[in-house]
Amino acid sequence: MKDLLKKLSETYGPSGREEKIRKVIAGEIKDFVDEVFTDPLGNLYAVKKGKSTKIMVAAHMDEIGIIVTYIDKDGFLRFSNVGGVSPQILLGQRVTFGNGVVGSIGVEKLDDIKKLTLDKLYIDIGAKNKEEAEKLVKIGDIATYDREAAVMGTRVIGKAMDNRAGCAVVIEALRRLRETENEIYAVFTTQEEVGLRGSRTSSYRINPDLGLAVDVTLVGDTPEPPALNVALGKGAAIKVKDASVICHPKIKAMLSELAAKHKIPVQMEVLTAGGTDAGAIHLTREGVPSGVISIPCRYVHTPVEMVDLDDMENSVKLLTAFLSTSVKMQEAFPCALV
Amino acid sequence: MLLIKKLTEAYGVSGDESGVRNLLREELTPYAEKIETDSLGNLYIKKGIGKKPRVMVAAHMDEIGLMVVGIESNGLLQVKTVGGVDERVLVSKPVVVGENHVPGVIGAKAIHLQKPHERKKPLEVEQLYIDIGVKNKEEAEKMVKIGDYAAFLATTHEIGDNCLIGKAMDNRVGCAILAELVKEDYDLELTAVFTVQEEIGLRGASVAAYNVHPDFALVLEGTTASDVAGVEDTGYVTKLGGGPAISIMDSSFIAPQKVINFLVETAKKLNLPFQLRRLTTAGTDAGAISQAHGGIPSAVISVPCRYLHSPTSIISLDDYENTLRLAKGVLMAIAEGGLSLEGFAEKIK
Amino acid sequence: MEVDRFLTEITAAPGLSGYEQPVAKMIGATLVKYANEVRQDHLGNVVVLKKGKGELRPRVLLAAHMDEIGLMVTKIEKGGFLRFTSVGGIDPRTIVGQEVVLFGKKELCGVIGAKPPHLTDAKERSQAFTMEEMFIDLALPEAKVRELVSVGDVAMIKRKAIKLNGTSMAGKAMDDRAGVAVMLACLQELQRLHHLADVYAVATVQEEVGVRGATTISYGIVPDIGIAIDVTHGAMPGVPEYDTCKLGKGPGITVGPNIHPKVASELIRIAKEYNIPYQLETATGPTGTDARAIQVTRGGIPTGLVSIPLRYMHTSVELLDLEDIKQTGRLLAYFIASVNSEYVEELACF
Repeated sequence: MKDLLKKLSETYGPSGREEKIRKVIAGEIKDFVDEVFTDPLGNLYAVKKGKSTKIMVAAHMDEIGIIVTYIDKDGFLRFSNVGGVSPQILLGQRVTFGNGVVGSIGVEKLDDIKKLTLDKLYIDIGAKNKEEAEKLVKIGDIATYDREAAVMGTRVIGKAMDNRAGCAVVIEALRRLRETENEIYAVFTTQEEVGLRGSRTSSYRINPDLGLAVDVTLVGDTPEPPALNVALGKGAAIKVKDASVICHPKIKAMLSELAAKHKIPVQMEVLTAGGTDAGAIHLTREGVPSGVISIPCRYVHTPVEMVDLDDMENSVKLLTAFLSTSVKMQEAFPCALV
Repeated sequence: MLLIKKLTEAYGVSGDESGVRNLLREELTPYAEKIETDSLGNLYIKKGIGKKPRVMVAAHMDEIGLMVVGIESNGLLQVKTVGGVDERVLVSKPVVVGENHVPGVIGAKAIHLQKPHERKKPLEVEQLYIDIGVKNKEEAEKMVKIGDYAAFLATTHEIGDNCLIGKAMDNRVGCAILAELVKEDYDLELTAVFTVQEEIGLRGASVAAYNVHPDFALVLEGTTASDVAGVEDTGYVTKLGGGPAISIMDSSFIAPQKVINFLVETAKKLNLPFQLRRLTTAGTDAGAISQAHGGIPSAVISVPCRYLHSPTSIISLDDYENTLRLAKGVLMAIAEGGLSLEGFAEKIK
Repeated sequence: MEVDRFLTEITAAPGLSGYEQPVAKMIGATLVKYANEVRQDHLGNVVVLKKGKGELRPRVLLAAHMDEIGLMVTKIEKGGFLRFTSVGGIDPRTIVGQEVVLFGKKELCGVIGAKPPHLTDAKERSQAFTMEEMFIDLALPEAKVRELVSVGDVAMIKRKAIKLNGTSMAGKAMDDRAGVAVMLACLQELQRLHHLADVYAVATVQEEVGVRGATTISYGIVPDIGIAIDVTHGAMPGVPEYDTCKLGKGPGITVGPNIHPKVASELIRIAKEYNIPYQLETATGPTGTDARAIQVTRGGIPTGLVSIPLRYMHTSVELLDLEDIKQTGRLLAYFIASVNSEYVEELACF
C-alpha cells in the first residue's frame, strides 16, 4: 500500500480537474471489479456486482489547489484558491500545473506578515514576459503543491494525503474483497474540497441503501493540539459527527462491533468543524444511513500531510469487514416504530 | 434595446418576480410550444419538444431589494434587505413598494443632524427607512402592508459610448438575451427557464433543473465588471466592453475544461471578442443546476456589468450583442453535434 | 392525550439531533392514536399518516422537528472530566452550572463545571466561559468514567417542564416539541372535521444541525403542500418589535420568498374565518426552519410556515403560552379541511 499511496499522492488532481488521478485510479481497480464508469461531474465508479444490499463507498480523489486568474506583463501569475488553501502555508512552496509546468510562490514586499493574503502572492514560472508565460499556462489553469511523498517508517509524508490515503484504502479493500452478497459501488468522488459536489450527484445516481465515506480526519496528538481524541497510529477512526453529518448510530455501532470482532484497533472521532462526503450521501433522495471511516492525518491541507500506514491497514481491514457483512435492510433499519 | 429597457424597469425582487414574469410571458407566447410555471414561480418556455439533445438555458429574473418588516407610528416603513444588498448604496434612493408600486424614498437622518463620527460610518439598514410621504401608521397601512417587497425605482437609458444604465441589469440582461434566443429555432429541445430566487441562494434553479433534467445547461448572467478607478488591473473580474465573460469557476461551480474549450472555440469561430471571468467567488444558477439529479454538464456566460446590485448598473450594448451572438452560436453548435455530450460520462469497463 | 401533558412528557424525553429515538417512540405512539398509520424512515423521521376522504387526495405535509440541541463528548481528560462540543447552536453562557444527563453505557448524572470564581482574577471573571473551558463532571473515578463513557456519547440538560402563571410553560426542547404538540392538537381537531387531503404529520430529525430530516422526508413523501411548524422569538425588551411575535397572541404566519404566497394568504383567510388570532412574520430569505428544505425539494413544493412565539430560545427555560399551541393546531386543522385539488392546482399558476 506504501507504493500505491506514494503514487496517488504525487498524482495531480485538484477539484474540478481530476482527469489524471482518475486515470491512475481506474488503472488500479479495473481488474478487481465488474464495471467502471464516469459521470458528468467526473466521478469514477467501480462496481462489484451483488444481489443484496447496495453499499456506496466514497473516497474523494480531488485535492486543494490554486487557480490562475491573471497573467501580468512580466509573466507573473496571480491566483485564487480552490478549496481551503492558506496563504501562510503557500509561502515558499513549489507548485505544479497538470502539464508539468512548475512554479515558485512569491510574495510582494510586506511590512507585517499578519497582512499576508492570497492576493499578495503570485506564481513565478520562470517566464520572462506575458507572452512566454501564456505559452505555458492560461487563465483558469490550476496548480497543486509539487511534492514527492516520503516514507519514514510506518509514516508517509506528502501532499494530498487528504484524501489519496482514503482512495488507497478503498482500492486495497476492493482488491482484497471476496465475493459478497452486497452490491458495492466504490466511488472516487470529485469536488469534495469545494462542497461535497461529486458525492451529491453520484449518490443520487446510485441511490444506495447504505453509504460509507473514507476520508482523513484531524488529530489531537501533536504539541499544544486542539482538544481532539484521535491520534496518529492508534487505529482507524470511526466518525460520530462533524459539521456535515451525524453518522447513523446503527452504522457507527456496526463498525465498532466489527472492529471488536476482528480485533482491529479503532478510535472514536468527533470533529467540531469540517465535512466529508457522507454529509451529501446521507441526505440523498429519501435518506441513506451513512457512516465514515477516517484515517488520522496530521497537518491537513499542507504539503506535508502525514498519515500512518498501520492506520491505513486497519482502515482497509475495517472497510473490508464492513463490505463483506451481509446487511438485511428490513431488520437493521426497520420502518416500524411502535 | 426596447426589451431590455422594459425588463430592467420591471420589478421582481426575489420572491415576487411577477412583474418580470408577466412581461416575459407576454413577449414570448408567440414563440413557445409550451409555457409553464412551477410552485416557486419559475417560468419555463419550451421549443422543439421531443428533439435531442435537451438543452436548458437559464437566466434569473429576480433582483435584490427590500422588504417591509414594520411600520412605525409616524408612518415610516422599517425594512430589511432581500438578497446581497450593499447597505451603503441604499440611502437616498427612490423605491417602489408593494403590488401597487407605491413610490417612496429611502431616508436617513440628515447629515446636519449627525455628529462628525457618525458621518464616517456607513448607514446600516436598521438606521434607514422608506418614507412614502404619509402622516401616520394608519395612512401607511392603507397603501402598504408588512411583507411587501420594495425595489429600486430607476429608468433605463443610454449613457456614454453605447452603454446602458439602469437597475437590475443583474440579471435582466440575461433575461433579455434568453428572450431573444427563444425567438429563433434550433435543432434541439430548448427549455428556456427564467428562474426565481437566485439572489437568495439559487433556489429557483435547483427545482427547475430537477424538473427539466437537461443533457446540458447554459446559464446567462450579469457579472461584475471591476475595471474602475481604484482597482488594480490584477483585480479585474471582467472589463466593460471586453465581450462575453466565460466562467471557469465560482463559489458554486467549476466548469469542466471541455465546456470552457467549447465556448472559447465557438467564440473564436464566430470572431467574437470574449474574456475569461477572473473571479472565483459568488455563485450562479449553474451551481444548483450542475448538481441536480446525477450531475448536469453546465456553462455560464455573463455580460460584464459595472456597479452590480445598484440602481445605476452600467452595461455595454456591444457586450450585450456579442453575448447574444455567442449564446446563439453555442446552441447552433450543440444542435450540430459540436459538443459531445456522451463524452461526459465514459464507460471504462 | 391532553396537549399540555403530551408536551410535558416529550420535552422531558431525550432526543438530540441524530439521536432522536427515545422521543420518537413516544411521539409516534401518541400521534398514531389519532391517525391511520405510523412509520419511521432511514434518518429517523416519524411519519404519521391520517388519510383523507376524497377520491383525489392531495398530500399535505406537516413538519415539526423533534430533535433538540445538546452536548457531545469529544475527549476524556485526566481525572475523568469530559470535554464536549455542542450539537446544534448552544450559548455556552447558559449551560454552566446545569445538571446534565449523559447517555453512556447507561444513563449518568453529571454537572457542567468550570474553573471556580475563587481561582480566577477579576479580568477572567468579566469574560464569559467558552465551551472549551467547561467540562462535564460525573463525580466518578477516571477508570469508571472510561468504562462507561465513550467519545461521541451525548448529553442533555436535565430539566422538567415547569408550569408558570396562567397558561405558560417553560422547559427545555420546547423548540420544537411545541411544534410536535401542535400536530397532536391538529390531529385531534381533525377527528371531527371532514378533510379530503391525506395528512402526513412528520416529526422531523436533525433540524438543528441543518434541516436534514425535512430534506429527505419531503423527497420521500412528495407533498402537494408542506407546512413547517416551528418556534419564533417572543417579544422582549431590547429586541425590535418587528423581529418578534407576542406570546399568547396566536401563531406567527410567515410571509416571504420561502413561503408560497397563496399558502400564506389561505392560512390568514382561515385564521380570520375561524377567529383564530395570528401575527404576521417576515422572512426576507430562506428561513432557518424545515420550510427551507421543503420548498426546494424535487420540482418545488408550495410551503408555509407557522410559528409558536417563545422566549429564551435554545436554553433550558424556553417559555411559551400553551394557548398558542392549541390555536395553531386549530388553524392547521381548518386549513387542511379546506384543501382540495383545485386549490393545489392553483399553486403552480403564477
